Formats: sequence, structure tokens, C-alpha cells
Amino acid sequence: MNNIFVYCEITEDNFIADVSLELISKARKLADELKVKVEAVVCGYEVKNLESSLYPYGVDIINYADDSRLFPYQTLPHFAIITKLIKEKQPQICLFGATSVGRDLAPRVASYLRCGLTADCTSLEIGDYEDKKNNTTINNLLYQIRPAFGGNIIATIVNPHTRPQMATVREGVMKKEIYNEKHSGELVRVPVKNYTQDSDFCIEFISREIEAQKVNIKGAQIIVCGGYGMNRPNGFALLKQLADTLGGEIGATRAAVDAGLVEHERQIGQTGVTVRPKLYIGCGVSGAVQHRAGMDQSSKIISINTDPNAPLNAIADYTIIGDAFEVVPKLIEYYKKNSK
Amino acid sequence: MSLKIVVLAKQVPDTRNVGKDAMTAEGTVNRQALAAIFNPEDLNALEMALAIKDRKKDTEITIVTMGPDRAAEIVRDAMFRGADGGVVVSDRKLAGSDTLATSYAISQAVKKLGKVDIVFGGRQAIDGDTAQVGPQTAEKLGIPQITYAEELVDITDKDITIKRRLERGVETIKTNLPVLVTVHSSAPKARYYNAKRLMAYKNAEIKMFNAADIEAEDERLGLTGSPTKVKKIDSVVLTHKDNVTLEPTDANIDNLVKELINTHIIG
Repeated sequence: MNNIFVYCEITEDNFIADVSLELISKARKLADELKVKVEAVVCGYEVKNLESSLYPYGVDIINYADDSRLFPYQTLPHFAIITKLIKEKQPQICLFGATSVGRDLAPRVASYLRCGLTADCTSLEIGDYEDKKNNTTINNLLYQIRPAFGGNIIATIVNPHTRPQMATVREGVMKKEIYNEKHSGELVRVPVKNYTQDSDFCIEFISREIEAQKVNIKGAQIIVCGGYGMNRPNGFALLKQLADTLGGEIGATRAAVDAGLVEHERQIGQTGVTVRPKLYIGCGVSGAVQHRAGMDQSSKIISINTDPNAPLNAIADYTIIGDAFEVVPKLIEYYKKNSK
Repeated sequence: MSLKIVVLAKQVPDTRNVGKDAMTAEGTVNRQALAAIFNPEDLNALEMALAIKDRKKDTEITIVTMGPDRAAEIVRDAMFRGADGGVVVSDRKLAGSDTLATSYAISQAVKKLGKVDIVFGGRQAIDGDTAQVGPQTAEKLGIPQITYAEELVDITDKDITIKRRLERGVETIKTNLPVLVTVHSSAPKARYYNAKRLMAYKNAEIKMFNAADIEAEDERLGLTGSPTKVKKIDSVVLTHKDNVTLEPTDANIDNLVKELINTHIIG
């Protein structure tokens, strides 16, 4: 049957993580196109609302490995379980979150199975591939689409000859959508002792300080984003003033984060989070494609930049040619004046 | 007991400083226009290895890199900072390797070096950002992995304790050697060159391994050994929308804010 697998991550409070539900929503669409089923792979311990949270998003089969040693995540037992399941069930596609868990696990699985894996896909589609070497056409392959080479190009990658076709996708890239509230499926218990060895549990946890997400710019409706152009005294303090005034959050480009202007949790783009706010205001943001990949779905985009040719301007609804240090205070002033 | 450490490193084009001449007129990448640098997170990895050598003087650090012959530059660079030596895996058969073929070649090279206690590497390289080669190399070496390392907490002859940087916090974990560790950019930055070492090694001969030296099966290398195929490359074309360009006058800003309020974009 060659179904689609989605490896599901577990949150600190023991629910299925959003990134996995997003992947399931995508997998459901791909599965409908391929006329196959969606299978979730869950390795955890007494996961809350397992069935009631997975089925409505379109999961047909839950493969559930339930063992106290499976949470918190460690590589080898999760690796052992998913590779054995893949060998038994031969899925054609296997998706992972591009998180610290998925990016730890998926490459090891791909290496073991000698399969192709594409990291940080921004889009997944089904399509055909002409194999010029063997002069054949392979139908219904997974197109794994991602920015490459520092984001200067967009590459469509395929794995014509290895199965499963594996890809990771970052949190917030795919849209989480209920498929059918009444959709139901089948729970298959994975006998953990037969799938793992005691020696797989080789990690000793000394301490863990994992917070519920500290900064949540993903859900923010208004984002004031600073680029490297804000690398002057009080640059981000000024942006914070604007964000607070408008009821939004601050975001940043990789260059701004690398320069230490703001914490990493606020980084938007291919190697940060993907956001879809109602309003995005870019201040001194040039708009490299990796950054745009994380914000180009914003409903309205304002670019404030002294450079009329900044790439961000091309996707902006409004471009203000000027210095953010002068424009932002005016935005704050006129917002206060007009919002009463 | 002395520890044997391998640090995986890559010489990468500096994709963070892409200028206007970085793309050719045909829309392909102009590698010549980009400076070749030591992949930043591999420097964090080197520093973590050097921190172990600080504590245990008889630790031996060997750099393993794959690339064209000029990649020997980063081996010397690492030696200026404190590494003992290194090898470059270089062969035309390696051209076009994806992460699976790369990790195969690298793991073969590491195996040639004999018993290794710790393999360090950067979390990811800035020209690919995949973070795959580390875990894939660990699998091929048959050893556990610790990814996203931020701090070396403790090291003994038989185990290592590492603090990891995750999306929503940190965790400290301990495991037995041997292990492969990938290091995050939040870990300490690499120390600078040591002047004496710079003088001593600036012309150092760096050992080269070809495919035969690492006893690689040819069909697992290069394009043949790479299951991922590039179907299509699009150079990035910006999608134009109706764009309004404004001078930052008071009247313009006032009108813009009013429009955003009236259309319920801001409340």
C-alpha cells in the first residue's frame, strides 16, 4: 500500500506537537492525491489526547510505541523503532519536523536506509520525473522544494530510486488544518521491547529546562522585524516601542540575530520560524530569500529601508524610502494620534 | 589515557556575504565571487575539542575535511589554533555528493584513522544548512550522537556530559564514549591563531586521501551514490505586487497609519 509516514513529536506537556499536526495536514493532501493512507508514528509515554488530536487532522493509522523510557526524546530508541517500522510497512514518503528532534533523527534514519533526505522543505508536491539516464518517466514522486545555496536559488529535489522519500519541514511552514472532525482511524501498538535493545537507551538525562515557548512570534498578528540595518544603539529598543504600541512582537533577520541584537527565538526565515502575520513591518531588512521564505505569506508588508533596491521592497505593499530611525518614531506618533 | 578526537570541518563559500556578482547572468551561482571560509559552526566544534585538550594535554585532535585540494587551507587554519593535524578527502569521484554520499566518504576516512573517542563537527554548514552529515556519519560509524551541543560540561576517559541548546530550552545529558557531537553556534567561539603555531605550520604538508585510500566503494560516492537528484533549479525571481513607494513625510505616514487602521490591519 506504501502509505505516508509522519513522525510525531511530543511537547513538554505531553501532547502531539503543532509541527507534527502541520505535517499531517500536508501528508493528508499528498495521500489523497496518491490514494494512500496517512500513518502517524508516535514514540512517547502516556501521550495525552493521542487519538482525539491525530484523527481529525487526517491520520488513518497511529503506530504507537508507549514506554516510559521514550520520553524525553533520545536518538537511538526512536531510531530503532522508526527504522523497523519503515522496513516492515514500506511507506513511500516519510516526513519529519525540521526541529532539534527531527533534524537529529531523520538523517540517521536516512543514512541507515540509504535513502535521500531533503532538509527544510518549504513546499512539497507530487509530480513526475523524467529519468534521462534510463530514459524512463517515474510518476507520482515527491517534489521536495527548498531554497538552496544561501537562498539564492530554489531547488526542486526528488529521490527517484530510494524509498521512503524523506523530508523535513520547519514549524509553521505548512498550515495546520482540520481534515474532518469525525475522521477516525486505527491504533496499532508497537511492542517496544521487540523493537529496541536496552543498550539503545544510552543517554542519561542530568537536567532539562525546557519552557513552553518563551517567545511566540509565530502566532503574532503584527510583527515589527529588524534587520542588520538596525545595528545601531537602541535600534531594537525602538522597534520594541513600535511593536508594543501596535500590540505586536519583534522579529529579526538572521544577520540581526547573528550580530547579537536580539534572541534567536525571534529569527524569521528558513533557519528560523515562519510567520504569517496580518502586518509585517521590515525595518532595515534587505530581504534575502531565506528571510522572505519565512514571511512572504504576511497579509500586508511594509518595508522601511534607505535602499530603494532592497529585495524586500519587491514583495512589499508599501515601501518607505527612509531611515527606520526616523520613520519608526513617526509611525508611533501617528498611530497614537489616529487610534483614539 | 589519551583521548583521540576528530573534528569534521568544511570549507564553504561565504554565503552570508553574497554580493551582486554572486550570481551569473544565466542565474547560476558564481562560486569564484564568494570567499572560501572555515564553516562557522565547525570552528565552534574545534573550540570544544581544544577545550578538552586544555584539560587533558595528551589529547590528539585530527581534522577531517572533504573538498578540493585547497581545503587543506582549513586544516592548516585549525592547526594554527591548536589542532595536531588533519587530512583532506579529495577525489573527482566525490563530485556531486549529497549528504548521504558525503557522510559515507567521511566515515570511511574516520575509520582509517583508527580508534577514535569523540568526533566533533559543526551542527550544519552555511552553504547547505541541512545538519545531516553529522548524524549520518554517526550512523555509519555505528556510534551514538549528541546534536546541538552548546557547552562541554564534563569529560572523562569514558564518558562525556554535554549541554544541548534546543528550540525551547536546554538539556544536559551524559553518555559513554565513543560518540559524535555536533556543535551549535551558541557554543564558545574558536580561539585565535597562536603566533608560534602559525609560523610552524604555515607551510605544513597536509595528508590527502583519495577514494582508494579510504577503501570506498565507488558506487556509493559522488552523484552515483547520492539518492537525491536535483530536478530543477530556479534562480530566485521576486514576485511583484502592487507596490506603493512613499517618501517618509509626515503626511504620508499619517495617511498610511489611517489606512491601516481603517482596513483593520492594526487596531
